[in-house]
Order: sequence, then structure tokens, then C-alpha cells
Amino acid sequence: MQTILRHAAAAVLVAVATGPGMADDFGDADEGARVFRKCQACHAVGPDAFSRTGPHLNDLFGRRAGALDGFDYSAGLVRMGNDGLAWDFASLDAYLENPKAFASDTRMNFVGLKDAEDRADVLAFLRQYSDSPANIPGAAPTAAPREVELSDDILALVGDVAYGEYLSSECLTCHQADGGATGIPAITGWPEEDFVVAMHAYKEKIRPHPVMQMMAGRLADDEIAALAAYFGGL
Amino acid sequence: MTLNRRQFIRSGAGLAATTLAAPHVYAAGHGGAPRVVVIGGGAGGATAARYINKDAGGAIEVTLVEPSRTYYTCFFSNLYIGGFRTMDSLAHSYGTLAAEGINVVHDYAVDVDRGARTVTLASGATLPYDKLILSPGIDFVDGSVPGWDVTMQNRMPHAYKAGSQTELLKAQIEAMPEGGTFAMVAPPNPYRCPPGPYERISMVAHLLTQTNPTAKILLVDPKEKYSKQGLFEEGWQKHYSGMIERIGPDFGGANVSVDPMAMTVDIDGSVENVDVCNVIPAQKAGVICERAGLTEGNWAPVDGRTMVSRMDADVHILGDASEQGDMPKSGFSANSQAKVAAMAVRAALTDSRMFPAKFSNTCWSLIAPEDGVKVGAAYEATEEKIASTDSFVSQTGEDAALRKATYEESLGWYDGISADIFG
Ligand SMILES: Cc1cc2nc3c(=O)[nH]c(=O)nc-3n(C[C@H](O)[C@H](O)[C@H](O)COP(=O)(O)OP(=O)(O)OC[C@H]3O[C@@H](n4cnc5c(N)ncnc54)[C@H](O)[C@@H]3O)c2cc1C
Repeated sequence: MQTILRHAAAAVLVAVATGPGMADDFGDADEGARVFRKCQACHAVGPDAFSRTGPHLNDLFGRRAGALDGFDYSAGLVRMGNDGLAWDFASLDAYLENPKAFASDTRMNFVGLKDAEDRADVLAFLRQYSDSPANIPGAAPTAAPREVELSDDILALVGDVAYGEYLSSECLTCHQADGGATGIPAITGWPEEDFVVAMHAYKEKIRPHPVMQMMAGRLADDEIAALAAYFGGL
Repeated sequence: MTLNRRQFIRSGAGLAATTLAAPHVYAAGHGGAPRVVVIGGGAGGATAARYINKDAGGAIEVTLVEPSRTYYTCFFSNLYIGGFRTMDSLAHSYGTLAAEGINVVHDYAVDVDRGARTVTLASGATLPYDKLILSPGIDFVDGSVPGWDVTMQNRMPHAYKAGSQTELLKAQIEAMPEGGTFAMVAPPNPYRCPPGPYERISMVAHLLTQTNPTAKILLVDPKEKYSKQGLFEEGWQKHYSGMIERIGPDFGGANVSVDPMAMTVDIDGSVENVDVCNVIPAQKAGVICERAGLTEGNWAPVDGRTMVSRMDADVHILGDASEQGDMPKSGFSANSQAKVAAMAVRAALTDSRMFPAKFSNTCWSLIAPEDGVKVGAAYEATEEKIASTDSFVSQTGEDAALRKATYEESLGWYDGISADIFG
């Protein structure tokens, strides 16, 4: 309940901050059909669609992440689904913008759609193939419009590796220093920017995991940069 | 492997990490490298020894005193009872610590002379220290359950220090007569692992549904409320309906005595015959804290900003034994506190940097196969205490997929924390 309220509140704030024309505005479905050609090598949608390299995209809106029966998703997407992520405009928009930043281990080998309009269009196109989408505009989305908006200042911070090493000790109670991953993902050797984006996404409670939301929630920007620098070098 | 790679990175890149390892040693009085003695090789002590040793890069001599050659984790010992883990999978040796350069002494500390700054071992040897770290875990409060004392622990096991006690308890449950009664006398606050007794009840119930489904479980509890209560009650109703009866303080659960020879439990004057009785007595800091004169009441008060004793600036006390404020007595907490203390000790003995303390805790519990729940919090230390700043807990009514994911996450946590403590 609380989470839903919090997300709703976040959505309102974001809508105010970004003004009309962004966020949960679907674009032009016809244009989207054109954009979708980039996806067609792996994904199908429509009456006879079935999963191929990528899962089929019928009834995508409202579907739990990583939950299509019989499809072999990355552990990260499955975990996000278990943590409560159901695809809606906002989360798909974030995922499509930078798939690896959203789900670092995703098997979707796609650089992303950097243009917000392309994403809005392709989502309008896909939206036609979902019967009862959870996130029609006006309803509370389950995630903010982008995975996370970070200022250039935050992205430009140079991490203090020694501080990162100290802070990392807290992470190592669960995550393994040698990159081993059993039930809890590896966090070593990530590109620093992905690490920073992921941590801020937890901090702003866009990524759904409660432990990580709490851990990231109390890290300052420079602390996140320090951790990214330290773990990035392992 | 990892070590080599890290050493390579450090020396190659000349990163700030080298300042951590810089052997600029503060005059130790005795001329040699400063000496740290750690008493207790459990979740807190072994972590502290490793972190001081690793980050001081040879600038500090670290000695770890621990009587056992094999440490059996209490965490996941309930899962052993439930049949989800082997005893071997809970066993950890000190081989890696020794290989890393820690002087591991298998002995028992019997006394601390804080004036002379020495520790006396049962063997008679003395160890001098510049800084002392105590992480001896818990001992039991005499007389807290009338009729029970440690000489009775084979008839009525506590299984609150893992190993042979845990094996004994499981064997007794397996040998119960059909339809027999398992009783637990739960401890009063504060005690190690707040959800521990209730996770144990869950695991005993699971075992009994497999082997002895008409058996009964009697939980005698002096506490009004307990950790994750709503989650456990929901789970017991769902998985073990009718098997578990809890007698709280309003029905005499706080007025209990036992007779280990007769195998009876007296609850507020009414005597029950039981087949197995798991007595978890009231707890206090490991006795060495008392011997060292560092306790107030049952526990050893510390300043949470560095885990330093409130009574001696050269002694840090970690884990279950410490009284620090809001953190629960858990392996996760002890491990978290050890890193703060290690950093503070290193900063005091070498010129390494001092950072603000950060603490956190998460406790996972298993209610039934693949039905895992968790509770956690983040903490900050003020002069007065370690205070909780944020927290979360699993919700009742969660779906099976989330509970399964939570359980799998707990398996990952076990691997992670064991690697962090023991290498
Ligand atoms: C059933 C159960 C389940 C639990 N589950 C969890 C869980 O899921 N998660 C979690 O985080 N925590 C859990 N815990 C709690 C956890 O085990 C303890 O909180 C943790 O071990 C505390 O660490 P410590 O370093 O204070 O003490 P310990 O780990 O007990 O270590 C103390 C060590 O000191 C040694 N020692 C004592 N006195 C002396 C002396 N005088 N000289 C030398 N050595 C000495 C002992 O031999 C021992 O090895 C559980 C506990 C129990 C009982």
C-alpha cells in the first residue's frame, strides 16, 4: 500500500516537474510500427506471435517482468518481476532507453532507443496488443518516467576509491567480492555509469527491491560514485 | 585469485587504496608493529580480524583467539533442523584467515588485565595488545528458567550455539513418539536473533509434518510480541494448521519452570509432559566481558560510532555481547559492526583514514519450503546509541513467487556473508 502511494506521489511530482508532453504520453502508433522494425529480429507481436529470441509482446502492458512461461529470462529481470515490477509505460520507457542500465544482466542485446519520441511511438504501437493495460494514462504508474534522471554533475563525480573500499564492506555482507553470484547478483566490474544509474534508481525507489532501496537510500551522491569506482575496478 | 588481482590493481594503478595499506605506524611503546588481539572467531570477531589484517597490509599484527577449530554458524542452523541444510554446509574453518597472515590461536581467553593490556589464555599464556576486540557472543543467565542449567543441556538442549547442540535437538525430534509433544521455552528480550526461535518452530513443524504429523508443538513465550509475528502466524496457519500452540504471558508463559529429569514443563502451575524440550534461556554477553569488567547489567555498553567500550578506549566490543542501541543481535549486525570497528582500530594504529560509521541488518527466515520472509533496517550512530533510520519487512499475503525469491536471496546472503567472514 505504502509503496503504491509513494509511487503515485512520485509520479505526480515528476509530472509537475517535467510538464506536459513527456512521461506517460503515448506517441503515434503508426510511427511506432516503423520503429518496431528495429525490434522485429527478435520480438513478435500480433495474433500468431510466439516467443523467439525475445519473448512475444502480446499483453505486454501489465505483464510481470520476466514472467512469460517457458521463456528463459535473465535472473535480474526475473528478480525485478518477483519484486513487483509489472511493465507499464514508465518502466518500458526506461528499459528501452537503456536496457543494460535498467537490468544489467538482461539478455536483450540492444543499445536502446535514445529518442524519447521513438519510445513513445513504439509503446503506442505495442499498447494496441494489450487488452487491459495496467497503466493507461491517468492511473498510477509503477515506475517513474525514466529509470532515473541524473544531472551531469552527478554523472561527472569522480569516485574516491579508498572511501569506496570502506563503503564496499557493507555491500559484501551479501554480494561476493570475487564476483560470485548465488541468489544475489554480482556487482563487480560494472561500467561505472551503469552502477551509478542503478544505485540512484534504487535510491529513488524506481527499482523495486526493498533491501537495495534502503541501502542506496542513505548513500550520498559522492558515496555512490565512490562505490562505482571501487567495484568497477574489481 | 582475487587477492592477487587486487594486489595487482593496487600496485599497478597506485590508487588511493595504497594509503589504506600504508604502514605508517603509531609508536606502539614496545617498538614492534602494533598488536590487535581479537577474542572470539564468530561473525563479529573473524570479520574484524580479517578486515584489520587485510587493510593494514602487514602494518598491524592480528591475533585471533577462538577455542573451536570449526565454527558452525547459528544462521541457517534452523534450516538444518528442517532438513534444508547439512551440518557440513554450516561448518567453516579458520584456514583462510591463517593463510592471510592472522595468528589464529585455538585457546580460550580466561581473563583480561586492562591495566597491563594483556589477555590470559586457558593454557596459561598471555597475549599483549595495543587494541583489544571482544566478540564472544552470548552466554546464558543462570536461573532464568528454574530447573534448567547447562548441566541439563543434553536432556533439554538450547541449540542456541550451533553444532552438537543443534544435532542433538534434531535427533531428539526425530526420535519423538508418534503424536508426541515438542516444547520450546522462548527467551525474554534481548536475545540473539529475534526471529530465531520462531523460525525454529517453523522448521520443527516442517520436520514433524514429514515424520510425525500428529505431533504437537507447544511454544511457551514470556514476550507479549515478537519479531515478524504476523508473518509467522500467517505461515503457521497456512502450512501447519492446528499443530502449534503458543502460550504467551497472558496465559502464564512468563512463569515457567522445567524438570529435565521428569521431562515436564510447569507453566504457571499446570504441568505438561513433553517429549522434547528446547530451552532457550535468557542471555548475556559472553562471560569474558564480565571478567574484563566491561559489562553493565547483562551486556557490554559501547559507543556505536566506533564500537569502542564505554569503559575502556582500547577495547572494542562487537556483536551479540555489545549493547549499542537499536540493532538486533544478528550475524549480519555483528559483521556490519566489525567493519566499523576494524576501520576505527586501523585508523588509531596507523595513519589510515577514518570514515563515518554505517550499519545495516537484514534477517531472512524460512517458514516452509520456499516460503521465505525478511526484515531489515539501516542505522546511524550518534553519541548516545546506534539508531534505526529506515526499515522494511515482508508483507503478509505475498505471492509464492516473491516468497521463493526471498528464500533464494537468503541462500545468496549465506554464501556472501560466509565468504566475507571466513574467506
Ligand atoms: C538459531 C539461530 C539462528 C540464527 N539465524 C540468523 C540469521 O539468519 N541471520 C543472522 O544474521 N543471524 C542469525 N543468528 C544470530 C547470529 O548467529 C549471531 O548474532 C552471531 O553469531 C553473533 O556474532 P558474534 O560474533 O557476536 O558471536 P558468535 O558468532 O557466537 O561468535 C562468538 C565466538 O567467540 C568464541 N568465544 C566466546 N568466548 C570466548 C573466549 N573467552 N575466548 C575465546 N573465544 C571465545 C566462541 O567460541 C564463538 O566462536 C542466529 C542465531 C541462532 C541461535
